[in-house]
Parts: sequence; structure tokens; C-alpha cells
Amino acid sequence: MDYFIHLAILIGIYSILGVSLNLVVGYTGLLSVTHAAFYGLGAYVVAILLTAYGWAFWPALLVAIIFTGLVAFLIGLVLSRFAGDYYALGSFGFNIIVFSIFLNWQSVTRGPLGIPGIARPEIFGVSFGDNLMFLGLVVLLALLIYLAAEYIAHSSFGRVLKAIREDEQAIQVFGYRTAYYKLTVFALGAMMAAVAGGLFAVYITFIDPSSFNLMESIFVLAIIILGGLANNKGAVLGAVFLILLPEVLRFVGFPSDVAAQLRQVVYGLLLIVLMVYRPQGLVGEYKL
Amino acid sequence: MSIEIKNLTKCFDGVKAVNNLSLEFLPGQITGIIGPNGSGKSTLVNLLTGVIPFDRGLVLLGSDTKLSKLAAYDVAEYGITRTFQDARLFEQMTVLDNILVVLTERNLFSAFFERHKKFHLDEAEKLLTQVGLWEKRQALTANLSYGQRKLLEVARTLAMKSEIYFFDEPFAGLFSEMIKIVSGVLVELKKTDKTVVLVEHNMDLIRELSDTVVVLDAGELLTVGRPEEVLSRKEVVEAYLGE
Ligand SMILES: Nc1ncnc2c1ncn2[C@@H]1O[C@H](COP(=O)(O)OP(=O)(O)OP(=O)(O)O)[C@@H](O)[C@H]1O
Ligand SMILES: [Mg+2]
Repeated sequence: MDYFIHLAILIGIYSILGVSLNLVVGYTGLLSVTHAAFYGLGAYVVAILLTAYGWAFWPALLVAIIFTGLVAFLIGLVLSRFAGDYYALGSFGFNIIVFSIFLNWQSVTRGPLGIPGIARPEIFGVSFGDNLMFLGLVVLLALLIYLAAEYIAHSSFGRVLKAIREDEQAIQVFGYRTAYYKLTVFALGAMMAAVAGGLFAVYITFIDPSSFNLMESIFVLAIIILGGLANNKGAVLGAVFLILLPEVLRFVGFPSDVAAQLRQVVYGLLLIVLMVYRPQGLVGEYKL
Repeated sequence: MSIEIKNLTKCFDGVKAVNNLSLEFLPGQITGIIGPNGSGKSTLVNLLTGVIPFDRGLVLLGSDTKLSKLAAYDVAEYGITRTFQDARLFEQMTVLDNILVVLTERNLFSAFFERHKKFHLDEAEKLLTQVGLWEKRQALTANLSYGQRKLLEVARTLAMKSEIYFFDEPFAGLFSEMIKIVSGVLVELKKTDKTVVLVEHNMDLIRELSDTVVVLDAGELLTVGRPEEVLSRKEVVEAYLGE
């Protein structure tokens, strides 16, 4: 039972990552491969504030969200000079930079040793040390972020994002300063990823840089491509699918160490098959 | 509002697509632009709507705005709008959203807090009905026929409520029913004192609709004048036969 709760918590965290990246990639058409950097920033800020400064979870999460938003704003500013493939490459570069900061700024992040002993939150005297309670917290935050993403997608702002994806210059001619829209959605997506990072840090109670490398960004990208771009339900569906996949492999009889290794291969294969036969993903409305 | 250009020039790798062109487009008039393929008609429209930056020259709007450069995101504010020769619609969006996106708030914060207002929807209904696409409002734009796409482009420019309209071959490939709708739109704009510029290859339509005709050849002004007069000039006939 506890294992199912564990999986559900992971699904919740990756749903947040998927939904937030979908705003950037699916709705706005910016192929960002740097989401794990923001996920990691959220996790590290929360972990450091909790362990080194004894902060409580909520204020730490709030600071993590704001800080990640500011960093994303600066990164987005640089990325706004690129389009298409160069954008993807540039964002790729930023993931590597942020990852090396986690790895090498040892006085703050403890580098490869990671940060242990991150306390589970306690809110109004209610402890979230119990996994079922923690799942409740994850579901609540994931739901809030899902609703926020739905709201954004259906607002006038979201309509402009889609128009940017379809033909950025055309929508400029009709009077939109698209750079602001792209920066805003990029920062918003990063702030949501920071929430996922904060939850991850207090759930596992230990973080190290390896959870936030480039592979992680690609994994989140795989989630939304599988589920379907520009569809929030698809992002959740993709998270459910890709988190449960290794379990299914194990269930059908692969030994667990093989299943773990096979995971990456199956992700890759799945993506290739999908690109060939169903480029819009399971429920997506837009294909790359 | 009038729009005037002075010595406008644009080179593409040595090809002078628009060469030292000076012209004026007046409000309450339809100015037709004709010329052989590759004579710079679309380039001129692109320069005047910020889609391509010009190398040299000036753009004068009304009596007191003088511009030596023009960015795409500024032209709407100057009251300029356009259609594209090859429709550039927002393909993976509904027909209705293609109109709403140019009707609703430009201000990012307001856009964040609205979906669209009742009067936006009413306006979109009016425009889409005018071009016969209201029934198609929930269709994905990518699934429209060629003619419907051209009509949606026209409706989208109308939604801009601009002062200056550039139509780059809006009639090309349309059936007569659709031609009637588009020419109706142009005449209506003219009546309401808008500045209308029409790039067109169909001489019958040019003769019927335009007050002034500009003939371009190799990026240069060949001649300008009233349609019946210009279209019978020897050099114009030759430029076309020389195609
Ligand atoms: N973006 C561009 N890059 C390079 N050359 C271009 C570009 N746009 C236009 N040209 C060149 O500029 C010249 C004028 O092209 P333009 O499209 O303005 O002609 P046009 O009069 O609109 O022709 P048509 O009647 O076929 O639409 C052509 O030689 C064309 O090849
Ligand atoms: Mg042309």
C-alpha cells in the first residue's frame, strides 16, 4: 500500500512538472529543455532554507517560487534572442549550467554529497510525515496548479500564447509585443516547477544534483509529448503513464533491476513510435 | 489617415526588390497596385507592415508621424493592418479564436484576467457572419478550404478597426460569390474614409474597384494614375506582356 502511495506522490509531482512545461512547450511552442533546472532550483532553495536556516516549509516554498521566477525571467530574456532549434539548444545549455552550479557550488549546495535531513512540513500542528497525509498535500497543490494552467490556457492571454506558437510575426503585426508574453509564461512555468521541486525535496528528505540533470528535463518533455501537447489533461495522463511504466514492466515479469534499466529504452522507443504514428500524442491538439 | 513613402528601398542580396519608391496612399480611396510577378508588390506591403525592415527611406503617417523604421509590433498602433498573400492564419486554433485574438485586450495583465467579453463575441459574430464563416466558428482553421482561409484573413483585418488596410491579392483563386463579399468589404472601407491598398492581378477588379492605380516594375514606379488611363498605356501593357 505504501508503495502505491509513493507512486501516487511521484505522479502528482510529475504532473505539476508536465502541466507547467506544457504551458511553455505545448501552448506557446517554445521548445524548452531546461525545466529540470527550475525544478532543481525550487528543491534546493527549499532544502537550504529548511536545513541551514530552520525555516518553515511554506515561507521557504514561497521564496523558492519567487527566486525561481526571477532566474527564469533572466534566462528567458537571453533565450528570447533565439528561435526554433537554437532555442532548444540554448535552453539545453542553461540546464547544464544550473546543474553544474548545484554540483560545484559546494559551500551552499554541498555538491555531489547532496543535502540530507530535510524535514517534512508541518502545517498548523498537522504533520505531513505520514505519506498518506503528504499525498493529500501533493494532490492539493497539483490540483491548484492544474486549475491555474487551465485558467491560463483559456484566458485571452492563453489565446495569444497559442497564436505565438502558430505564427509569432503575424500576431505581432496584429499588435502584440510577443516577447513579454513569452517571458511571462516562461517564468510562470518555472515557478510552478519550483513548487514540484519543493515538494520533492521534503518528500524524499534528501536531494542531490543528479535528480535535476538534463535527462530529467527530457523525461518531463517525454511526459507531455506522450500525453499530448497543449492539453493539460494530457500532461497528467503522460505523467501517470511514464511513472507507472517501469512498474508494469516489473509486473509482467522483468526482474526489477532489468526493469529499471529497460525503462529508458522503453521511453525512447515509445517516443519514436508515437512520433511516427501519433505525433499529436494521446490527447494533444498540437504537434511539434 | 494617409500614408506616404519617400525613397523607400529594400535589397535582397543585391536584388533591389523595392527601389527608391515614393508614393502616397489617400484615405477614402482604393489604390490598386499592379505589376508583373516579382515586381516588389508584396515586398512593399511587407515593408509598410514591419514584416521586413527597409534599408532606406521614410514612411509618413498622416501629417505628423515620420518614421525611418517600422517594427511589426508597432504597426497596429499606427493604425495599419494587412492580409498576407499566402494566408498566415493561426492554424491550430478555431476560426472564432483567430478573430477573438485580435479583438481582445492587448495589455498583458488585462488579457490575463479575461477570456473575452460579450461585446467581443458579438463583434466576432458580426465579422464572421459578414464573410459567411460564423457557422464554421468552432472549426479548426487548418481544416478550412482555400477560399474560406482568404475570407478569414479579410475578417481578421476588419477586426483590427484600423485606418490603413493593405490587401495582398485577396481575390486570388476565389469563386465569384466570395469575390463579391471581399469587394463589398473594400468598398465599405472606402466609404468610411479608410485608406485601402489593393495588390491585385485581376485587371477587371482593379478597373472596377480602384480610384488610383500604381504600376510597379522591378521594384520601381512605372506609372501612376486613374485606372482607365493607366491600364491603356503602352509601357504598362508591355510590362505585363514582358512577363
Ligand atoms: N524574403 C525575401 N528574401 C529574398 N528575396 C525576396 C524576399 N521577398 C521577396 N524577394 C524577392 O524580391 C522580389 C520581389 O518579390 P515580391 O514578392 O515583392 O513580388 P510581387 O510583386 O509580390 O510578386 P507576385 O505578383 O508574384 O506576388 C522578387 O525578386 C523576390 O524573389
Ligand atoms: Mg506578391
